[in-house]
Amino acid sequence: MVDLTTVGLNTPADRTMDFAPGDMVKVHVRIKEGDKERIQVFQGTVIQKRGTGAGATFTVRKVSQGIGVERVFPFHSPNVAKVETMRKGKVRRSKLYYLRQRRGRAARVKEKKADTGA
Amino acid sequence: MRQLFGYKKGMTRLFLDDGTALAVTAIEVKPCTVVQVKTSKTDGYDAVQLGFGEKRKNLVKKPQLGHFGDLEPTRFLREVRLNEPSELKQGDQLTVEIFKPGERVDASGLSKGLGFQGGVRRHKFGGGSKTHGQSDRWRAPGSVGQSSYPSRVFKGLRMAGRMGNEKVTVRNLRIVGVRPEDNLLFVEGAVPGKNNTVISIRESNKR
Repeated sequence: MVDLTTVGLNTPADRTMDFAPGDMVKVHVRIKEGDKERIQVFQGTVIQKRGTGAGATFTVRKVSQGIGVERVFPFHSPNVAKVETMRKGKVRRSKLYYLRQRRGRAARVKEKKADTGA
Repeated sequence: MRQLFGYKKGMTRLFLDDGTALAVTAIEVKPCTVVQVKTSKTDGYDAVQLGFGEKRKNLVKKPQLGHFGDLEPTRFLREVRLNEPSELKQGDQLTVEIFKPGERVDASGLSKGLGFQGGVRRHKFGGGSKTHGQSDRWRAPGSVGQSSYPSRVFKGLRMAGRMGNEKVTVRNLRIVGVRPEDNLLFVEGAVPGKNNTVISIRESNKR
C-alpha cells in the first residue's frame, strides 16, 4: 500500500521538527539572491501546524515594530534550513489565533517548564 | 512500446532542490505483464495485451485461466495497439522504468462521476443576472431554441444532465519522478478520476 503521507518527502533526515504551537522558534530560511545564498532567521511564536505529509506547513508569528508579521513555512521545503526551538510554550489549544487580537504583554505565551517526570 | 497502466494514488507535493514546490499526482504502476502478443498475421493488427492488478485465482473463470496459460492471472487486461510488430514476448514485464523523469506523457482514466449537474457546472453557462429586478434565473440555461419554426429543440443542445464518469485524457503531463522500488510514477499536475482509478499512461506524441 502506498502511504501518501510519507511518499513525497525527501526531507533531510537531520532536520528535527519537534516543536509545538506556542513554542518560540528560530526558523533559518535559505534565501537566494542571484547566485549567492544566505540564511535569514525568522524568530517568533508558532501559532499553528497544519496538514500531513509533504504539504504540511506551520505558521510563525512575530510582532516587528508594532506590526504583526506571520510567515507560513512548508515543513519539508529545502528552503527551511533549520528550526531551533528557543522556548517551549504552555498553551491549551493547537491554533493560537487569539494572539492576533492581543497586543503587548497580553500576547505572551507562558513557558512550559521541563517535565520533571514525577 | 511506451504505455502502462496503474492506479491513481492521490496528489501530493514534491520539492525541488531549489525549494520549488510542484503539485504532483502519484500513480502506482505495478509491473504489467504481456499476456498476449497480437500480430497482423494472426489477428489482423499488431497489438500487445497487458495484464495488471491482482485477482485471486479461484475467482478467475476457467477459460480465462487458459488464456493466461502459465502466467499469473490478473484483474485487468488492456490492449495497446501498435503500428509495427512488437519485440515483446508473452510473459515480459513492463515496469515504471520505461519512463524517465522529464518525459511527457498522456494520462487517461475515468473521471469522477458528478451525477446530474446543471448547465452552469456542466457546460460553463454564464447563468442569468443576479440583479436587474429578476429572480429565479441565476443558473438558468436560457433559451433552448426558436419558435413555431422549427417547433422543436435541436438534438445535441447542451443542457443539464449526467456529468463525469467518462474517459478523460490529460495530455502532455511531465514526469517528475520515477520510484521503481515503490512502483510509483510522479506526474506534474492532475490526472482524471478518484484515487485508485485505473489510469493509462502513454508517451505523449505532442511536444
